[in-house]
Amino acid sequence: MNNVPQAAAPAPIASRPTMIEFRDVHKYYGDYHALRGINATIKAGEFFSLLGPSGCGKTTLLRTIAGFEDISSGAVLIDGKHMVDVPANVRPTNMVFQSYAIFPHLTVEQNVGFGLRREGGTPAEKARRVEEALEMVGLKGFGKRAAHALSGGQRQRVALARALILKPKVLLLDEPLSALDKKMREQMQVELIRLQRQVGITFILVTHDQEEALVMSDRIAVMFEGQIAQLADPETLYRRPNSRQVANFIGVMNFLPAKVLTEAAGRIAIDVQGLGQTEIDATQAPGAVTGGEISVGFRPETLTMLYEGQTTTERETPGTIEEVVYYGDMTYYDVRLDGVDSPVRISMRNVFGRPVLDIGTRTRVAWSAGALVLFR
Amino acid sequence: MKGQGLRLYAILYLVFLYAPIALLPIFAFNDATIISFPLRGFTTEWFAALADLPTLHLALKNSLIIAVSSSVLATSLGIFAARASTRYEFPGKGGLMGLIMLPLVLPEVIVAMSLLMVLLGIGVNLAIWTVILGHTLICTPFAIAILSAAFQSLDKSLEEAAYDLGESKLSTFRLITLPLVMPGIISSLLISFTISLDEFIIAFFLAGSEPTLPVYIYSQLRFPKQIPAIMALGTILVALSVLLLTIAEYFRRRGLKKTGAKDTGGFL
Repeated sequence: MNNVPQAAAPAPIASRPTMIEFRDVHKYYGDYHALRGINATIKAGEFFSLLGPSGCGKTTLLRTIAGFEDISSGAVLIDGKHMVDVPANVRPTNMVFQSYAIFPHLTVEQNVGFGLRREGGTPAEKARRVEEALEMVGLKGFGKRAAHALSGGQRQRVALARALILKPKVLLLDEPLSALDKKMREQMQVELIRLQRQVGITFILVTHDQEEALVMSDRIAVMFEGQIAQLADPETLYRRPNSRQVANFIGVMNFLPAKVLTEAAGRIAIDVQGLGQTEIDATQAPGAVTGGEISVGFRPETLTMLYEGQTTTERETPGTIEEVVYYGDMTYYDVRLDGVDSPVRISMRNVFGRPVLDIGTRTRVAWSAGALVLFR
Repeated sequence: MKGQGLRLYAILYLVFLYAPIALLPIFAFNDATIISFPLRGFTTEWFAALADLPTLHLALKNSLIIAVSSSVLATSLGIFAARASTRYEFPGKGGLMGLIMLPLVLPEVIVAMSLLMVLLGIGVNLAIWTVILGHTLICTPFAIAILSAAFQSLDKSLEEAAYDLGESKLSTFRLITLPLVMPGIISSLLISFTISLDEFIIAFFLAGSEPTLPVYIYSQLRFPKQIPAIMALGTILVALSVLLLTIAEYFRRRGLKKTGAKDTGGFL
């Protein structure tokens, strides 16, 4: 996938035409309610992720697009067409399977060209398309190899080439990177993003890896128990999760109990345990908070530990270090702020000249009201 | 020394298992009509004698027809059953599969007797095809057991991938499923063939006036002067069995190599 020309900046997501539409989709397996009213639209050319823990229904939802699962009620539309009674083999979608599903008895080029069997065109034409597809995924010259002699990463690429050769409107990816090791996975993430920009096809990725979803997606639907809990772009999802469940699933979030004091003119005055009284913007409460007992969340990197003699223009709160976890580039501290029941996690970059502090050290923590998120 | 006892046991076990079979070729080449030591000398006379036994040729022909037909029938039926039991869920599946597999443990003499009663009861003339019927019945459970393993190890998403790429259900079966379970199909054919070829009780009950090879061999044991020729016949059968098994194993290993699967043990 080297030397791919960079495509022009794509149009903003909201202005693009709709590619997939879920209208109140329900799916039952006997008594088990696997999908509970899915409503969402996925735009043309979007890199869209379905993120959630295992058993949340994300793979089932993906398979309703492919046509491998019937829905119990509601509707799935692809490019404006109802998909009821349209079998998987004629839908304008192709899939990359979790196991890659490379046909073990065929060669690489027979695998990649498998979908062309039913298409018109001369053998020479087909061979050219196979060669193009292989080149696109960086497997030029691998055509004659036996499929079973490939490494995990190569199988992944063959699966991609095989699915993309038919130029589907939508490419479905079912946890495609979960079987690769960490280095390979990170490399493939970058290549998948580049490939998606190059071909401009709508990619829908199923993953349980929040980091993978954040890295790759234009938008992410976070799913729990057959429902979409939040659908947003990665930054909104990370900075403004609309529930504690979403906040916990994506990255690390500290929570402190708090009270709402007053709400007026888009500003909310709150009293947070340990941090004291402060005022935040109404947009920091995406989960629609209405007074009373609530909790406040903040990410570990929004806090800063102040060293001796350091001052801050932000608010600061004293505390004691209870745990130190050293990661090389980062150090994680669990700090019990004065007047708080449980410690909060703070991540500090190990820049040159900054010592790693010991357990038991008294410290001051700087924080800013703008980084707080309110939860019911 | 530690382990000596076990080694002795293993050796005795193998001797017990193979000594009688080793005697077959020894007496087949022995220049005497009486089966006893000391050996008299080397001869191929008994093998030549096999060529002059028309009843043997008839029995051999019958056995081959029966073995080929029932192995093909049992394997075909086995493919459907194995596919259904590994891919689909349906009510009463457990009980149904249990009933299909039951002939595996039913005493053959019971199966043979009841089949005979039913066939005679409905006025059917005993012939080769009645033996084929009986052999298919007892071979099918073996075929299902072998084929279920083959279908089980087939990743379901391979079929979905082919379907997703535009193939029909039927062409997916032909292009993907069938080639990948082919080693299982060959195994099933060979095992069923072997079972049918040396099956005695059902053949004895249902063959009517058409003897199979085991039935013929049994009938010849009453004539002492025929015994060296039977020994020669036995030698040929043992050699054939080893050859067949080797071929089956060759195909199994080649299939594994082709699909890159792990070797989890086979016949050899």
